[in-house]
Amino acid sequence: MLHIVNKSPYEKNALESCLRFGRDGSAVLLIEDGVYAVTRGNIAEPKIKAALGQMKIYALRPDLEARGMQDAVFEGVQLVDYGGFVDLVTGHTAVQSWL
Amino acid sequence: MQEETSGTIKKFMFVNRRAPYGTVYALEALEVALISAAFDQDISMVFLDDGVYELVKGQQTKAIDVKNFSPAYRALEGYDIEKLYVDADSLAARGLTEDNLLVPAQVLSAAQMAELMDQQDVVIGF
Repeated sequence: MLHIVNKSPYEKNALESCLRFGRDGSAVLLIEDGVYAVTRGNIAEPKIKAALGQMKIYALRPDLEARGMQDAVFEGVQLVDYGGFVDLVTGHTAVQSWL
Repeated sequence: MQEETSGTIKKFMFVNRRAPYGTVYALEALEVALISAAFDQDISMVFLDDGVYELVKGQQTKAIDVKNFSPAYRALEGYDIEKLYVDADSLAARGLTEDNLLVPAQVLSAAQMAELMDQQDVVIGF
């Protein structure tokens, strides 16, 4: 399963729920305001880091760049472009968007 | 003929609480602030919660094909909007410091911010 989260971790609990229900081996892609969750010192950093052992965490680079946060991403997170986004979608049997 | 309200200057505060680009709030607040300034009002722009992300340096929106409106915060001065305030706790909670901001702004404690809010005639949240 590919999970997609597009909300700021300060605004919604979408990421929290996603991590709670995401199973080992699944992938999480952060896009739009969701990308703040992979920046150093943000509220979701401990939860994402804890999840890194069981899940792959991706973030959309264009959305990080738009927000000036591309240099603040902590280790273990893989950045993808739009092509990588498509590859993630086609590479998983299902996609769940946590709106 | 003069309008009734001519000469009345009110203290307006625009409270920015949303990150840029994900929603339209940040851009709308900027536009409303500029319009208010055109009416010679006393404008304060406040950034708290995710609103502090609006002022982060180095925004490059080319790849998401959206207009980068962050340079507009630096232009506010030219429209006599010189009162920019940032909530210290919101910055700290996001791993940010004053050095990450693209425009000079006064960093305030919650108590100082509350006092400032209390002095306003009109407070509009975004």
